[in-house]
Amino acid sequence: MTDIIKVRARSVSRKFQLKNRQGKSRPLVVLEDFDLDLKEGEFLTLLGPSGCGKSTFLNILAGLDKADGGEILVDGNPIEEHSFDRGIVFQSYALLPWRTILKNLEVGLEIRGISKEERRDIARKNLERVGLAAYENQYPHQLSGGMKQRVAIARVLAYDPGLLLMDEPFAALDAQTREDMQIELLRIWEADKKTILFVTHSIDEAILLSDRVAFMSTQPGRIREIIEIDLPRPRTEEIRNSVEFSRIRKNLWSMLQDEALLNQSYGAFI
Amino acid sequence: MKTKNFDYKRILIRISGIIIFLVLWEIAPRLGWVDKVYLQPFSEDFLALIELVVSGKMLPHLLASLQRIGLGLLLATIIGIGLGLIVGYFQRINEALDLLFQLFRQVSAFALFPVFILFFGFSEVSKVGIILWASLWPVLLNTSSGVHDVDSVLIRSVKSMGANKIYIFFRVILPATLPQIFTGIRLSGSYCVMAVVVAEMIGAKRGLGYLVFNSRESFLYPNMYAGIIMLAIVGVVLNFILVAVEKKFTSWKIA
Ligand SMILES: Nc1ncnc2c1ncn2[C@@H]1O[C@H](COP(=O)(O)OP(=O)(O)O)[C@@H](O)[C@H]1O
Ligand SMILES: [Mg+2]
Repeated sequence: MTDIIKVRARSVSRKFQLKNRQGKSRPLVVLEDFDLDLKEGEFLTLLGPSGCGKSTFLNILAGLDKADGGEILVDGNPIEEHSFDRGIVFQSYALLPWRTILKNLEVGLEIRGISKEERRDIARKNLERVGLAAYENQYPHQLSGGMKQRVAIARVLAYDPGLLLMDEPFAALDAQTREDMQIELLRIWEADKKTILFVTHSIDEAILLSDRVAFMSTQPGRIREIIEIDLPRPRTEEIRNSVEFSRIRKNLWSMLQDEALLNQSYGAFI
Repeated sequence: MKTKNFDYKRILIRISGIIIFLVLWEIAPRLGWVDKVYLQPFSEDFLALIELVVSGKMLPHLLASLQRIGLGLLLATIIGIGLGLIVGYFQRINEALDLLFQLFRQVSAFALFPVFILFFGFSEVSKVGIILWASLWPVLLNTSSGVHDVDSVLIRSVKSMGANKIYIFFRVILPATLPQIFTGIRLSGSYCVMAVVVAEMIGAKRGLGYLVFNSRESFLYPNMYAGIIMLAIVGVVLNFILVAVEKKFTSWKIA
């Protein structure tokens, strides 16, 4: 991790108009006074109960949605709708079902106008990185959830964006696969330490993966606290059972209690 | 597919309904359940069909109908996909036209044929026009609802990779919609076969519909039934082809 700021979000706000049955609309303030700095090469996790606005912030950062107020700079520049420098991994994989696995990996490269041969080479290399080289001619529906998510990660890595956004990527997976994927992601990330903004509502997942964890409060959603996770890297499977890990987890829990963050809605953390 | 060998038992069960129907058709006139003048045993009508085919009298009718069906379906497909994509893509246009299309869809080709005759006479334009009308709506409405149903996360995902609108349209929306487009074309196919009969009912000199109606007027009832059987065969074959095409384009959908 460096001290260069990759993403700077200041006083970001976003509200939606909710329409009731009578057709009257009332505003729902999702984000307000949302401040966050993301350092270059950092693995930062946004942690918060569902509905607090994590995806909303991610979407804004990805250029898929617009903030109503505040400022977000990526590499010092305002966010543009079209950018070749970011990638998102969604919970639902978002693979194109009519394309083979290899062809799915080529999408980002295709958009960048890279030649056919080069595309294929890069796609193959990245499929190998996630251990799925043998599946290049399969279709997404032939793969398990964990494999599909690996493909989705490889697809983003293939075009090498400077900023990786991951929106609860492992939430749909079973417990064992989820733990495997966390370790897999750490292994991949260690190779080039891309800046990652990761979203989850699992405390354990956040501790295991992150350099820093940003806790969000809900209604309105904003950052309440940022905690450094000083577990050594590279982190492996065993670290889950380490004394330090349980110490950090315990500290976080008591901090959440002290901060009165652990209200009803935070039950989702367990 | 489980077995490569033909499963004779299954095939037998599958065609038993048809066999029972044909047997009834065969014996009903023979036993005097229906007037033999109006309905002949199936074997006689089938012989009439063979006779028409062998003597070459069937061919011009068949070709005339196939040509009209082909042209009508082709136009319906082109216009239906084009309009369907536009309507599905632009929500506002969809809202403005949806009710109108639902209304048009309910206006049967039968009811509209006199109007076509009024404007275009007994021309090919009227005939192909009526087939086009009947078969346009399934393609159009399936295409537009297909565009509408594209999983938005696919679009957002590709957009986040930097794709522009053209890429999203041709590489995401269109392929995602193809299965529903082909389902629409298949449905349109069966409407075509129905509509061609309407189109050839009056003012035609050739065609299977003409064969059926003209044979009745000339009291050649076996030929009338031969024409009906031929129409059924055309419908089945067309459907078979369209189902095969549809399968090819939807293979990735089978999860
Ligand atoms: N397009 C939208 N229109 C209306 N409300 C929305 C929209 N997107 C999100 N919301 C609402 O904003 C809140 C935050 O949503 P989201 O960012 O998806 O939460 P999270 O990802 O933290 O679970 C939720 O209450 C959600 O219903
Ligand atoms: Mg979310």
